[in-house]
Amino acid sequence: MLANYGYKDGSGEYFIAIDTEKCNGCGACVTACPMGLFEVVADPFDPLAENQIAVVKEEHRKKLKYSCAPCKPTGERPPLPCVMSCQPTAIAHSW
Amino acid sequence: MAEATLTAPKREYWRWKEYNWRDESLDWRQANVISVGIDVGSVSSQAVVLCDGKLFAYSSLRTGSNSPTSAQKALESALQETGLPREKIQYIVATGYGRVNIPFAQKAITEIACHARGANFIYGPSVRTVLDMGGQDCKAIRCDERGKVTNFLMNDKCAAGTGRGMEVMAELLQVPIEEVGSASLSPPEEPPPVSSTCVVFAKSEALGLLRQNWSKEKVLAAFCLAMAHRTVELLSRIGVEKDFAITGGISKNVGIVKRIEAELGIQALKPTIDPQIAGALGAALFAKALYEKEGAGKASSGG
Repeated sequence: MLANYGYKDGSGEYFIAIDTEKCNGCGACVTACPMGLFEVVADPFDPLAENQIAVVKEEHRKKLKYSCAPCKPTGERPPLPCVMSCQPTAIAHSW
Repeated sequence: MAEATLTAPKREYWRWKEYNWRDESLDWRQANVISVGIDVGSVSSQAVVLCDGKLFAYSSLRTGSNSPTSAQKALESALQETGLPREKIQYIVATGYGRVNIPFAQKAITEIACHARGANFIYGPSVRTVLDMGGQDCKAIRCDERGKVTNFLMNDKCAAGTGRGMEVMAELLQVPIEEVGSASLSPPEEPPPVSSTCVVFAKSEALGLLRQNWSKEKVLAAFCLAMAHRTVELLSRIGVEKDFAITGGISKNVGIVKRIEAELGIQALKPTIDPQIAGALGAALFAKALYEKEGAGKASSGG
């Protein structure tokens, strides 16, 4: 499943998409993200499954533009720590 | 005279009717599993009671400021006159905005999973895209034939394109909320949509249009068009695949539904069951599945 966390407002679209088919729940993103955006929990979208997956924390979902800002300087942008840390390439950013 | 009109109770145009329903032909005493789903939304709360996975009773009420109380009331309203005592309920699942603080629910499940599951029950396994237009947010969900979510997107940053926005407009234009949809379809030509996506700004814009001698219906049409347009944008991000269904309170607003259908070029499925209960229905279905799953692990009590 593709879980899109984030929002769209007048200034643009700010979504982090986590592919739950790819995510193995390893938690590398949890430690990689300097802002602590991620957490690994029981799959909230499939209550009958027992696997653990990474999700974007509730409190960050409505302010991703600002939460992710430290990793996204204007101009030359270094690779994003969360995307780099994810072995199965489950994390993608829309902006 | 003047005094009488001043003290007369004010008509509240936004106020939609609360209701409950039950299937008289079902007898809960025959049921092995009685499961309940409660959807405490931002504007309305629904409770659904299932007997062995069959729809037995439901209710829809306004959510108060206190979500445990709202959940309690919704459940009481659904159980009213059914003779079904609370102790007979085997599993309760809560969903919706207020799901986390309902003490008598065994489990809380996100409304996205519940809406997909509920839509699957209401519209059948052919549903692939579900648009839930709720009181305070709008969710676009893609699901498979079992009602399992495959992709979702939620817009809960603001109230534009939601039931709350509709309530504001109904009140401003003094059109009863149930009639907003048909009234918005009455102007012969479609006006340009209101440009504001924010409800507060849209309200001032609507006032401006009224001052330019626009009719109420034309303003409603402009507002519904903007709302439909916004929702279609949300949908286009996840892609729309047939069959397409709309759930939530706004699905009863023909003005919005028709405009979304026109923009997408796809007809929405016609519901056979009240689409506003989709979330609670999904929760009740999960409650049944969870009860059976957990019951299998424990020493069987024989139901």
